[in-house]
Amino acid sequence: MKRYDILIVGAGPAGLAAAHAAATQGASVGIIDDNPLAGGQIWRGGPELQSDARAPQLWHALQRTDNVEFLLQTRVMYAPQPKQLLVQTPSSSATLSYEKLILATGARERLLPFPGWTLPGVTGAGGLQALAKGGYPLQGKRVVVAGSGPLLLAAAATLQAKGAQIVAIIEQANTPSLLRFGFGLLATPSKIAQALRLMAQLRGVPYLRDSYVHSARGDGTLQSVQVQRGAARGQETLQCDFLACGYGLLPNVELAQALGCATATRDAQTVVTVDEWQHTTVDGIYCAGEGTGVGGVDLALAEGHIAGLAASGQHAQAKALFAARASWQKFAGRLARAFALRAGLSALAGDDTIVCRCEDVCHGELRTHTGWRSAKLQTRCGMGPCQGRICGGATEILYGWRPDTVRMPISPTRIASIID
Amino acid sequence: MTDLSITLHIDARSISVEPGVTVAAAIALAGGGVTRLSVHGHPRAPLCGMGVCQECRVTIDGRAHQLSCQTLCANGMHVLTASEGAA
Ligand SMILES: Cc1cc2nc3c(=O)[nH]c(=O)nc-3n(C[C@H](O)[C@H](O)[C@H](O)COP(=O)(O)OP(=O)(O)OC[C@H]3O[C@@H](n4cnc5c(N)ncnc54)[C@H](O)[C@@H]3O)c2cc1C
Ligand code: FES
Repeated sequence: MKRYDILIVGAGPAGLAAAHAAATQGASVGIIDDNPLAGGQIWRGGPELQSDARAPQLWHALQRTDNVEFLLQTRVMYAPQPKQLLVQTPSSSATLSYEKLILATGARERLLPFPGWTLPGVTGAGGLQALAKGGYPLQGKRVVVAGSGPLLLAAAATLQAKGAQIVAIIEQANTPSLLRFGFGLLATPSKIAQALRLMAQLRGVPYLRDSYVHSARGDGTLQSVQVQRGAARGQETLQCDFLACGYGLLPNVELAQALGCATATRDAQTVVTVDEWQHTTVDGIYCAGEGTGVGGVDLALAEGHIAGLAASGQHAQAKALFAARASWQKFAGRLARAFALRAGLSALAGDDTIVCRCEDVCHGELRTHTGWRSAKLQTRCGMGPCQGRICGGATEILYGWRPDTVRMPISPTRIASIID
Repeated sequence: MTDLSITLHIDARSISVEPGVTVAAAIALAGGGVTRLSVHGHPRAPLCGMGVCQECRVTIDGRAHQLSCQTLCANGMHVLTASEGAA
């Protein structure tokens, strides 16, 4: 069994920063990610190729240390024993042991059901961005980008750079919220520069505020979307080949929960509870990045750095980063308030709209249930391979349910991995 | 600059792609982009792009239920999508 002083799950900004901090202290570090390349969501496709200078810097520094081992295309399934993780690659499985564990599992998009959302051509906003970075063909395609949050602008800019024609960006937040958020950016000048760069890149693309996708239509694949413009104005039809629609991000907390770490609800998100050292409620397990609350790359880097230093016993050095972390935490709070979801979004699904995509369970079958548990037992909602990762975020908005337990393994596992 | 140095098989077709292209992208390049059929038989295609939704599952080199969005194309790879009856 391979043993590491410090094992890190997630090779995004938080995990890479943690690995770097810990490796500089001499620890033997293993860093696991289910993607074929490091970088996480924002640095997808490899940190060495990113325009954000911090990414190649971190990457090259990590390449120079010989005490960091990358385990890519490796997914963490469960913990067979305390201080051990069972991992699976496409062809094999292994058990890894550790002294300290840092969870940097990031976030996923919140996807909400509306009529037509299962049509091929409808994706998440960050979802299509991720697919495009992997070579998904978008040259000349008409794309509507919709949902909520600053990720819509980042996704639209990436898609446009890949040759897509952005028909419109549709943001559910209203103008006063967006203006308040804009003024709040004065506290974080680097974010203003980023916003201005994105706006210049997307010049000429309609940005529809106070609006949301009502439904998607198509025969076999997507052809058009119906957009609700504000409350007073009517609906508009937009022709498109792709709809990239995501309603903000949700922390990936399942692995932490499965390991016994406490979670809490903050800003309408379930987040892993950590102390000032990023330490969770379980001895020797830390959490950094989006798992402790969605806050963007700067917060993820600060938290990762602190976790890596704290896990290798360098508390004085870690303390020097507290002020930076506090400032990005404030930014995260403003982000959550500005892009809070409007009530109307929970009324889009019709009785025949699928809510659980894995098991084809419709809204009409779910809305009469009183909670996640009874719905799950009687309809199989959340029992499919995504294990409630997608429908859980939807049922929370639709019915106020939160998935109650995390089943082990946390991802579909081959039988051989379990009985080996 | 395109370097179509990787050739793989998707259902009955052969396709050449650049290094770094995912199987999900190659499936879309080769045609419709449909990866699996839902339990009621409806076509589904990648949704999250990041290994969470499981909509992009295909059979790769005989192994069922592989996530095409998190797998890079490799020379000689055989991919079966829903159109060939795999899910
Ligand atoms: C789809 C998407 C696109 C985004 N695009 C942008 C953008 O363009 N610009 C921007 O500013 N922000 C973007 N964001 C926000 C971005 O996530 C954060 O700013 C930043 O990446 C957070 O870093 P992190 O290290 O906390 O997590 P992440 O970067 O999310 O890294 C977490 C990593 O852990 C891996 N992982 C999770 N669970 C497991 C497991 N069980 N086993 C193995 N590996 C696991 C994940 O695959 C991932 O690679 C995007 C977010 C999403 C979800
Ligand atoms: S597209 Fe969601 S898992 Fe691949």
